[in-house]
Amino acid sequence: MERLGSIKLRIAAGAGAAIALAVGLAYMRVPRQYRPDPPFTAALDQFRLMPNGISGTPPEAYFAAGKPYEKTAFDLSQGKRLYSWFGCAACHGAEGTGGKGPSFVDGWWLYGPSMASIVGSIRDGRPHGMPAFKSRMTSDEIWQLAGYIKALGAYSASVNAPGRNDDKLGRPAENRAPAAIVFDQGPTPMHPDQGPTP
Amino acid sequence: MIPRASLFLLLLLLTGCTNPQSALNAEGSSALALKDLILLIVLVCTLIWLAVVGFLLWSLTRRREAARQDPQTERRMRRSVYTALAITALIVAGLTLASFNATRHLDAGEGPEVVIRVKAQQWWWQFTYPNADGEPAFQSANELHIPVGRRIRLELEALDVVHSLWIPSLAGKLDMIPGRKNILTLQALRPGTYRGQCAEFCGLQHSHMAFAVVAETAADYQRWWLAQAAPASLPQTEEARAGQAVFMAKPCAACHTIRGTEARGSTGPDLTHVGSRATIGAGLLERTRGSLAAWIADPQTLKPGNNMPLVPLSSDELRQVSAYLDALK
Repeated sequence: MERLGSIKLRIAAGAGAAIALAVGLAYMRVPRQYRPDPPFTAALDQFRLMPNGISGTPPEAYFAAGKPYEKTAFDLSQGKRLYSWFGCAACHGAEGTGGKGPSFVDGWWLYGPSMASIVGSIRDGRPHGMPAFKSRMTSDEIWQLAGYIKALGAYSASVNAPGRNDDKLGRPAENRAPAAIVFDQGPTPMHPDQGPTP
Repeated sequence: MIPRASLFLLLLLLTGCTNPQSALNAEGSSALALKDLILLIVLVCTLIWLAVVGFLLWSLTRRREAARQDPQTERRMRRSVYTALAITALIVAGLTLASFNATRHLDAGEGPEVVIRVKAQQWWWQFTYPNADGEPAFQSANELHIPVGRRIRLELEALDVVHSLWIPSLAGKLDMIPGRKNILTLQALRPGTYRGQCAEFCGLQHSHMAFAVVAETAADYQRWWLAQAAPASLPQTEEARAGQAVFMAKPCAACHTIRGTEARGSTGPDLTHVGSRATIGAGLLERTRGSLAAWIADPQTLKPGNNMPLVPLSSDELRQVSAYLDALK
């Protein structure tokens, strides 16, 4: 009887330790950082695109931090909020499926799907109507928004999801790779909704 | 002798009657009806409790007689059970009627209404005042001014999650639900400053989502209304002028409106008359030039998780912007 009691006690202690470990690991996996570290933001500010305006290497600090803007659910959620706050929906559609501006979920990227290109497009603007947001958003916000746009256009599902919509969606949720389903094969000229070639 | 601790507790409880945020410090017609209801229910329940405990004590201490099983005792016992049942039913019905009556008084008030649109969002309050034609005239943030004695109609909306508007001294609470408009009418009976607070958990900074309700006489209200409806005053000092230039060039103007300038952002609080408000950050800090500067310098340390980003400014720019905002009376 006494032996049985001690086994139960051990099981309880083990379960407690496992829960504590799981909570700790979950916190370490997605730390929620509200206040961007000023040196980190300063490093992001130094980031430049390649001379042709397409792609470039994000600063070393971004990789050292574990690509936070693409990986943490909090930053993706903030990006989703900024998408509506800064009027992206006016040209790119409320669900990112395009309108006056190109779609994010059809698998076609005029400047490539890299984080660097998306950040560059938002920060410096692009020809044919994309305005520059560098005087309207902080660099932290630009990277959060770019992370969300990148998640929209991903071809594979992700465990990192932004907040859910209240209303019905016309496409799969952001973390369920909407672009993989809406992707439409064919040469670029077959996609007039992409606008003129840069 | 009453122990000192219980005296202290009594004093602590009595402070609830003068607090700017207390249902017992009722200064509105709805709040008075609710306060009467609260006091009635407390009184009735106290009497019931005393009666039940008294009966219990009596039955514990009474001399035990040999149990008599005669029909007369049976009948007496049955009668007392029925009497208690009838009294219970009467009390419940009485309290229900009192509650119904209090609910009827929640919408009281005469005359034309003052309509104010309230939008709650994480984690602040936006108040939109219409002009005579019903068009929005100006916005205020976290500070609701109302004329005393008039019937106020608050149109409640939420922009992100469910919030709840609660001004205990003036009215009961009412939920604010995204995609829905709820109406709360209230009336302040005496001039004063009361505190409102979000009463539905809405995220990290729920506790820092407060606002001030300033109930004032018709003349004071009219003066305040005209001052708020006017565009922002022009910066007078060199420092404030430089601050205005910084405000327009930096991301500040993308989210905040200052009427009379090119700052037309709509996602953050309207700052046209921020210098006239008593607090900033939804009741977080007293508004001084220093607290404005502290808030701009590091909003995420003062109120973690809020939607104001840390905009990198040099110390000179920070001084200039805070001088500019503090002068927007």
